[in-house]
Amino acid sequence: MSAIAAPDRVAAHLNRGGRWRPFEIAFWLAIVALIFALPSRALLINEILLAGLFALSLDLVLGYAGIVSLGQAAFFGTGAYAAGIIATLGVAEPLIGLVLASVIAGLLGLITAPLLLRGSDLTRLMVTLGVALLLGELANRNEWITGGADGLSLAAKPVLGLFPIDFTGQRNASLYSLAVLFALFVAARRLVQSPFGLSVRALKENPLRANALGVSAARRLIAIYGIAAAYAGASGALVAQTTGLVSLDVFDFHRSADVMLMLIIGGPGYLYGGLIGAAFFIALKDGVASATPEYWEFWIGLPLVVLVLVGRERIGGFIARWARRAALLAMRGAA
Amino acid sequence: MNAPALETRGLSRRFGGLIASDNVSLKLERGARHALIGPNGAGKTTLVNLLTGTLRPSAGAVLLDGEDVTGLASHARVRRGLARTFQINQLFGNLTPAESLCLAIGERLGHGGRALVSAGQDKAVVLEATELLERFGLTDAMDQKTRRLAYGKQRLLEIALALACRPRVLLLDEPAAGVPENERADILAALAALPADVTILLIEHDMDLVFRFARRISVLVAGRLLMEGEPKQVAADPQVRAVYLGESGHD
Repeated sequence: MSAIAAPDRVAAHLNRGGRWRPFEIAFWLAIVALIFALPSRALLINEILLAGLFALSLDLVLGYAGIVSLGQAAFFGTGAYAAGIIATLGVAEPLIGLVLASVIAGLLGLITAPLLLRGSDLTRLMVTLGVALLLGELANRNEWITGGADGLSLAAKPVLGLFPIDFTGQRNASLYSLAVLFALFVAARRLVQSPFGLSVRALKENPLRANALGVSAARRLIAIYGIAAAYAGASGALVAQTTGLVSLDVFDFHRSADVMLMLIIGGPGYLYGGLIGAAFFIALKDGVASATPEYWEFWIGLPLVVLVLVGRERIGGFIARWARRAALLAMRGAA
Repeated sequence: MNAPALETRGLSRRFGGLIASDNVSLKLERGARHALIGPNGAGKTTLVNLLTGTLRPSAGAVLLDGEDVTGLASHARVRRGLARTFQINQLFGNLTPAESLCLAIGERLGHGGRALVSAGQDKAVVLEATELLERFGLTDAMDQKTRRLAYGKQRLLEIALALACRPRVLLLDEPAAGVPENERADILAALAALPADVTILLIEHDMDLVFRFARRISVLVAGRLLMEGEPKQVAADPQVRAVYLGESGHD
């Protein structure tokens, strides 16, 4: 046994998630390239990026902390309305609106998290669902601030006063979304391999033992839920800013359900799952909807069922294996 | 320190009409090697759960170094120096042994809330984890998912995790349970090498292990303490032989 190098080996093992693998670098560069290569699809790419951010938020909650939620739209919607209202109040800078909106959503997460500490997965599903319904109804009733059924329209000012992100700058909009997504992704990556991240994963794996090691479950779960809520809020705020519209459907059940689907498709618990799932889901929806406008939902449902029945395999895992094999071949070729 | 490391006073727990723990008073001095034995259903697990705070007692008190911890939650008792292992492995299947140990050490040092540094950057934690991995022969397996480890290795990790809490009092709940014969020696060696100043309460079925390890033995029957004494006294006691040793066929 190499006794001298052992601590370094342990440290390297614990830090292994911090190394940027070639696959990851290629992944992010490919998105930038796509944004520039397909200006006509900038809207779609933007939608995928923001759905990916939303799914990332659910991944923190479900994939890492093991909290099942069917109400992540509560925070998405809160972020969207907060950004909308902040813009109509005359705060011109989108970045300020974004930060404030996600802080507000995060606070709401912290406030509602204690509701999830007790009970089974089923109660958690019900509670998260209920909170989202409640907020949707609140938004509906408080027309004076939310615009009610008409929604809010906001004319987002240029980011940093330089880059317009409204319909005249769709590429800017997707670059803005990508920048925020990337920053939050890097933060999440750090988070999940930090001591805090370890404790959250441990709580998911075995709460009994985590407790017996001195981990205070309540605090950690509230914290991760709040962080994830802020992420969801950021994605809602970005949707509001880049589409210029907030309507009641931001709180819709289908949003929470869709994002859950995206995450499951891509695979929870490794951060990229949500992004890959979102891309798959939205591209599929877009492709099918333009091919058969009438029956598109059928053609979305079918591959999902097939995926679950036949594959039982996340797409991300498949891509990762394929990439590894390609890298191996490339290495052999080089040698 | 004059106060016993671990003490219970009149600890009782009722489940409806069933009295699972009945007025149990124990005293363990610092560094004790104390075994708790008793037939199935004697209330050993209930007692462990009362000690760790998983269960609240119906009556009585638990004291650590003379301080009453009866009202504290289990994670708070861990911080006061009371750690345990589990009869059935309670590990983190998808974490590696290195990650699991760093988690435990980090929590003890109060680093568990750190969210923006990688766990591997904490030098003190890494050094201690390395040392524990080495001591329990887990170095080679440190980067494998725990659920892929051989059962004996998992059992060792179970003990290593408890030690990572640097307990002053350690409860070992049947540490050798289910370990195949050829991996047993590792467990025995690990138990023998536990730090001398740690107070240990061993709950065990395996009489061989008990008589090899313990310097004092308490016998629990139907929730009540039947007797306490040195291994020789306990082995010779006709009452104990009748209710316990006779039943298990050990002589």
